Formats: sequence, structure tokens, C-alpha cells
Amino acid sequence: MAMDISTLKALIQNGIPDAVVEIEDLRGDGEHYAAHVTSPAFEGKTRVQQHKMVHEALQGKMGTELHALAIQTSTPSDK
Amino acid sequence: MQNVIFERIEKDINENDVVLFMKGTAEFPQCGFSAVVVQILSQLGVHFKDINVLEDSEIRQGIKDFSDWPTIPQLYVKGEFVGGADIAREMYANGELQEFLNEKGVEYSSAA
Repeated sequence: MAMDISTLKALIQNGIPDAVVEIEDLRGDGEHYAAHVTSPAFEGKTRVQQHKMVHEALQGKMGTELHALAIQTSTPSDK
Repeated sequence: MQNVIFERIEKDINENDVVLFMKGTAEFPQCGFSAVVVQILSQLGVHFKDINVLEDSEIRQGIKDFSDWPTIPQLYVKGEFVGGADIAREMYANGELQEFLNEKGVEYSSAA
């Protein structure tokens, strides 16, 4: 089942405090998205830990319903 | 049962400096994301062991449990989980992967 952008965005925003989420639909098929997530909650965490926070926000949909979500994370200070 | 699989995984990642759990093989990647990491490692001239999870359903799920990471490919350097395609690509683009390989004493051709 494909997922629409607003649902994807809401999932991430609800799961990560003060997250700014930009989503790009790479192929228009509801599966291949790129999500750039910025949040102060990432401060001091490794990239793997930051990505795992996004995975958790997605409640197990990563790698299943969301076949191919490209994730990029940064902190407000990175921007 | 799970620890048997974890033992197999630990053996592979400890006996090989660089291991890529992937879909397909280094020669014939069968997934775009796996191919991205193969390309990065090849451009860096890094010798790595490719493990085709498509031929081993136990490893395919086991590796996700082992690293608590839901997708394939998964890159390991000196027994440490580095990341999937996104992280490998980002680290390679900003030179962090090269730095990390240096720190871990893994040879690569600096021409890349």
C-alpha cells in the first residue's frame, strides 16, 4: 500500500520532537520518497541513531510498507 | 535459534574488515540501494565481503534484528555497523567514510 506525503510527514513529525520535515516524492509512486528531517533532538547523536529515531517514528513501516525511503537527518546547527 | 544466526553474523563481520550485507552480489547487485554501496566501495578500491541476503532468508531477517535496522543493504567496517545506503552515500560525499576507513586502518585507494 502506497503512502501519501502528508501521512508520512505527520508520522515523522509526531514521532520526533520539533522536527522540520521536507519530503520529496522521487517517482510519484507513493513508495520512493526522500525525507530530510531536521530536529534539535538529533543533537549529539550519531547518524545511525538519528536514522533509528526516524525509523521508530515510522512505527515499523520502514522497509515494509515504505519500500524505499531515503532519509537524511540534520540538526538546526548543521543547516 | 537467533543466537546461532547472530554467531554466524558476528563471525563474518569480525573475520572480514569490510562486509556488505546486500541484495545480490557485488558483481550482480539486485537492488538499487545495494548497488549504490557496491559502487562507493569499488570507487574507493576497498576490498569487501559481499553477503547476498536473497540466498539466505535467515540472514536476511537476522541481520535486521542484529543491528536493529530494518533495511538492506547494511555496511560493516571492523565489526561495526556503519549504516545503510543513505548513510554510506552521505559519508562518502562529505569524506567522512574515507576518514572512518583511515581511523579503522582499512586500506583504500585515496585517488577516489
